[in-house]
Amino acid sequence: MSGLIGDLLAHLPALQVVVPLAAAPLCLLAGRAGLAWIIAFTAAVAATATAAALAYLTFHNGTISYHMGGWAPPWGIEYVVDTANALILLLVSAIATVVLAFCPASVAREIRPGSQHLFYCMFILCLTGLLGIAVTGDAFNVFVFLEISSLSSYALIAMGGHRKALTAAFQYLIMGTIGATFFLIGVGLLYMMTGTLNMADLQARIPAIQDSRPVAAAMAFITVGLALKAALFPLHLWLPNAYASAPSAVSAFIAATATKVSLYVLLRFTFTIFGANFAFLNLPLHWVLLVLAVIAMFAGSFSAIFQRDVKRMLAYSSIAQIGYITLAISLASSAGISAALIHIFNHGLMKAALFCAMGCIFYRIGSTRIEHFAGLGRQMPWTMTAIVAAGLSLLGVPLTAGFISKWYLVQAALQADLWWLVILIAASSLLALVYVWRLVEAMYFKAPPAGREDVGEAPLSMLLPTLLLAGLNIYFGLDTRLPVAMAESAAALLLRGQM
Amino acid sequence: MLQVILDHYNYWIAIFLMMVGFYTVVARGNLVKKLVGLNIFQTSVFLLYISMGKVTGGTAPILDDRFQVYSNPIPHVLILTAIVVGVATTALGLGLVVRIRESYGTIEEDELDLADGET
Repeated sequence: MSGLIGDLLAHLPALQVVVPLAAAPLCLLAGRAGLAWIIAFTAAVAATATAAALAYLTFHNGTISYHMGGWAPPWGIEYVVDTANALILLLVSAIATVVLAFCPASVAREIRPGSQHLFYCMFILCLTGLLGIAVTGDAFNVFVFLEISSLSSYALIAMGGHRKALTAAFQYLIMGTIGATFFLIGVGLLYMMTGTLNMADLQARIPAIQDSRPVAAAMAFITVGLALKAALFPLHLWLPNAYASAPSAVSAFIAATATKVSLYVLLRFTFTIFGANFAFLNLPLHWVLLVLAVIAMFAGSFSAIFQRDVKRMLAYSSIAQIGYITLAISLASSAGISAALIHIFNHGLMKAALFCAMGCIFYRIGSTRIEHFAGLGRQMPWTMTAIVAAGLSLLGVPLTAGFISKWYLVQAALQADLWWLVILIAASSLLALVYVWRLVEAMYFKAPPAGREDVGEAPLSMLLPTLLLAGLNIYFGLDTRLPVAMAESAAALLLRGQM
Repeated sequence: MLQVILDHYNYWIAIFLMMVGFYTVVARGNLVKKLVGLNIFQTSVFLLYISMGKVTGGTAPILDDRFQVYSNPIPHVLILTAIVVGVATTALGLGLVVRIRESYGTIEEDELDLADGET
């Protein structure tokens, strides 16, 4: 028996990807929504358990290296789990599980009965891709998983009820493919120069050739490709349409995880593969990222204020929040990387909670336009509580997870002697206050429109996951041990031997 | 100078195709033409990979005593994967175009923007 458990533990990094990957065709074969949901949910729970075990093992025993198929790296594909990607794996699989719990009622309302099992198939495939990107230690493997997650998310977005979902998905397909191809060009240039695709091997070989032009070009292609996937300003144009028109559950899952995983890959390439010295001394990557991040913070928040559709508003807010994460990365310090990872984690929780709440509202009133929010404060009090809790977290009010993010970000900025950044962070948070206040005003201080029936709360199967996610925003504002300890350990690992 | 260009002709072709494809994606309003551009863009990257695996005087990588020099098979295998990804992207893209045609009655980008603006 202990032998079996030992075997299981030894293969955890592979199981992390293989279990959801195997579940996807099973969902397709199941043919019925209920059965497909059970398969998908079981796979997501298994993925979360795997991620939790991996996080525990890496945190206590150090980095895990897994040789796919028994082939030794650098020839075979290596999966590497350290505290940086363990945190991402945990976030992605946990959000997927909670959102899947939220799915049945929401999907029954929004997706045609005949294609609901296909929805779960795509959903679990998207999870596979995101987990694969995070777990792999091979540069080309990142591309393959990036495309698995992207192709399935294009299909998921196209399942949105309105015809706009189709054009949004097409636009995302074009921009996403260009981003992935840029990434592929960069990896090709690196392979040309080093003859390897293994990340640790690349790290060892790049310093010797770091003055050559193809390496600089590779860095540029990879950064631009990932910035497209992560929706960093000014490459964010696909994001508002995609988030606004996707089915509610898809918005919640993708908004919380997809862009975050791309940012993680950016961290991995910048710090592990190219090395901070190359990225920040040979090339001025930090200034490029810093300027774009600050513009994103303001442009995203400004645009959010003027949106009539609340899902669109939250999408623009995501662009601003991605700005904060990129800002933290651009500081290129241990404190900066910790702040980036902490905000990746916390922002995932905020946006998942808010988009799930949008799903609850859409379930009842069939719209997420702000004028239809009037009076919902009395009619759907629990959903509105969740929105307020997650909204406060978005602002960075003390006792919420968002405050912890902002606190570490401000500290990292002060450590870098960039005090004016603190003012900019505070100013952009005030813009967030404006759009969150618009929501609160509509919900609590306006009478419901005449003629609307008295709507109640969404079903418990939707409300409970939403409240859980909102509750986690408060919980991680009070007990910060998990994300902070993981992020600080990850920052130390990413910067090991540099600067 | 001419020699530099001729020696790296594979890169020039790849870059030329890359720009042709990229330009088509950006400049064309017709969604099918955009997908064609995207395909050319992807194919240029395939060529970039495949041509870098070529070793002068090398044969196909087959284990045989008569041949000592052979081309690097890894880029070819990588591109086999990337071609599959490209096929999937094109199929999904064309599927979306069909659905867009069904619900909008057009696949021209400017007319689609107009239709979306009205609703």
